[in-house]
Amino acid sequence: MTAAVAEPLATDEPLLKVRELDKHFGPVQALYHVDLDIPSGQVTALVGDNGAGKTVLTKCLAGIYVPDHGQTYWEGHPVHVRSARDASRLGIETVYQDLALADNLDIVQNMFLGRERTTNGLLDEDGMERAAKETLAGLRVTTVRSIRQPVASLSGGQRQSVAVAKAVMWNSKLVIMDEPTAALGVVQTKMVLDLIRRLRDRGLAVMVISHNLNDVFEVADRIAVIYLGRLVVQDKASVFDRQSVVEYMTTGGLSRTGGARA
Amino acid sequence: MARAHKQGLSDAEAAADLTAAPEAIAAELPPALAAQTLGEYVRAWGSRIRSGDSGVLPVIVGLVVIALVFQAISPGHLYLSPGNLVNLFQQSAVFMVLAMAEGFALILGEIDLSVGYIGACGAAITVQLVQPVTTKWPWWAAIIAGLLFCAIFGTIQGTLITRLRLPSFIVTLAGFLIGNGLMLIILLLGPFSGFPSISGIDENQHVLYNLMWAAIDPTLSWIGAGVLVAAFGAWIWLSDSRRRRSGLVAPPPSLTLIKVGLIAVAALVVVAICNINRANLGTLEGVPWVIPIVLGVLGAWTILLTRTKYGRYVYAIGGNPEAARRAGINLGVIRTVAFALCSVTAGIGLLLYASYTGAMSSSVNGGSLVLYAVASAVIGGTSLFGGRGKPLHGVIGGLVIGAIYNGMYLQGLAVQYQFIVTGLVLIAAVTIDSLSRRGSLSGSVGRI
Repeated sequence: MTAAVAEPLATDEPLLKVRELDKHFGPVQALYHVDLDIPSGQVTALVGDNGAGKTVLTKCLAGIYVPDHGQTYWEGHPVHVRSARDASRLGIETVYQDLALADNLDIVQNMFLGRERTTNGLLDEDGMERAAKETLAGLRVTTVRSIRQPVASLSGGQRQSVAVAKAVMWNSKLVIMDEPTAALGVVQTKMVLDLIRRLRDRGLAVMVISHNLNDVFEVADRIAVIYLGRLVVQDKASVFDRQSVVEYMTTGGLSRTGGARA
Repeated sequence: MARAHKQGLSDAEAAADLTAAPEAIAAELPPALAAQTLGEYVRAWGSRIRSGDSGVLPVIVGLVVIALVFQAISPGHLYLSPGNLVNLFQQSAVFMVLAMAEGFALILGEIDLSVGYIGACGAAITVQLVQPVTTKWPWWAAIIAGLLFCAIFGTIQGTLITRLRLPSFIVTLAGFLIGNGLMLIILLLGPFSGFPSISGIDENQHVLYNLMWAAIDPTLSWIGAGVLVAAFGAWIWLSDSRRRRSGLVAPPPSLTLIKVGLIAVAALVVVAICNINRANLGTLEGVPWVIPIVLGVLGAWTILLTRTKYGRYVYAIGGNPEAARRAGINLGVIRTVAFALCSVTAGIGLLLYASYTGAMSSSVNGGSLVLYAVASAVIGGTSLFGGRGKPLHGVIGGLVIGAIYNGMYLQGLAVQYQFIVTGLVLIAAVTIDSLSRRGSLSGSVGRI
């Protein structure tokens, strides 16, 4: 059912395609025959109730978990993502909910953490600062006036922006964001949603995991709903309305005839 | 005016400007690093002090206050006499180097209780090896052997802490006890009844005594200081102006000049004081060797911690180990090396201690030395909670401890009062550290 609905979108091959993905932990079947397409230049929202399997699916895509069965296609070619390193080599970067920033380091230091540039064994601070500045300017993260301020002094939205900038700095093609707006106020949320749109406009594929349907409808081009480990529906966002998404999330299907606005 | 400016922009630019505007509202920025002029810098600095992240200047102000108080009350106003100031620095040097050692553990968010006795083991090995009646090692080989022992001991402690995930407090507490025992065993070797001395006339062994007590020729002192200040000043000036030219974050030229000027004045004052004859009989003048030694350790560890990948990772682990792990940093290796460096630096510190006392003996109190080391680092501005601190903090904090210690000694106050006063200063420093953390934390919460 899911694959059939998704086909109309696929004028060309989606960036990331998973088919029949299974993952179980002992007797618990966390993911069951999941088919998911993530096309470039679009924001795909993955929604589902607590425990539905959003995080497990994300971690399978990011290489943290290795799926039991199923096939992953990257730009049409079958690939095996067995570690986070494999994923980032392909161009998949994940921004986790806790952001993983070191508060005591400044923005540049955080963006280059683990991938510092050096000349003669010493850090190339000037080069890194210039590159970080360019990336932030490219994402129009303009509220940060000095990129040499420690991350501890940033607001929640700014921290999210830095984490995203860190992820897109390395020629990534797919950015997975786990609850990017969960801890943010209204203005900060708007800032992050704008940032997500900007990533999409640059041709990146973005996958957003969210509980907040307001945000989902505001930013998503496509919506995929996961229910008890099964991907029950994925389609263009315009096909859904709030009530149908909630119904998919809570019951795994639609009781009303004719679906939503479609 | 603004409108006229807007009209000058092309439509696309104006549009970009408008979309950026609402986001800018959200930016409640700390004024610190956005400053471009000297005035803005001074204001930014003021607000940093209020939020607790003040750098070393308040500590230096505290140092000046301590100096003035002791000068006023010391018998014959001897406190600020050249002889006593040099003596004060020599006494502080041990605390300074030990505090720089402890800094490696503190920045990681760990603690190393073993620095006193591990360093003492290394110094005891060195002092034993240069004895002319037994092993007769050349002084440099003996120093290398002592520091090598420290490196190995530190690596073992670091390995236990990282591989077996034992708490550093317990592992280094064990190291403290084992080090104490080993030191006593090493001291009892040879025909010295546990008191191997380096103050004899043997030239090779006298090199160790000279680390603390010999002075550089006054003329050479001036030349050396001049060369150092010129090189350091030129380097600061060139790198700051290069950053300014390429539009990177950099202080204004006036601030760079003030910085270079302050360093020059400090060098001038130190060399001038040291070059005054401080002997009661005969002549004793010039910069004591211990000053370039401490500066060398300071320079090396500052470069390592702020200019290399290794140092960056030490701070990252201290700030957020999980972020460091996800960035692909090998936490075990970085931490183990930090504990090894901590122990080696402690070895240098206790070598200076041996040089100061002219011998090694069982009277070395590794317990109070480690407490002074932690106190010095924290008083200088290193955080006990990890992620924040510099080698310079150890040097300045060590000077504060040395200044109090020396002043109370001149007053003829018994050791029990010295302990109490040092304890009170430590409480004050930790209170400031902890309050400033709370301040900056609530500050950032307020900005969300």
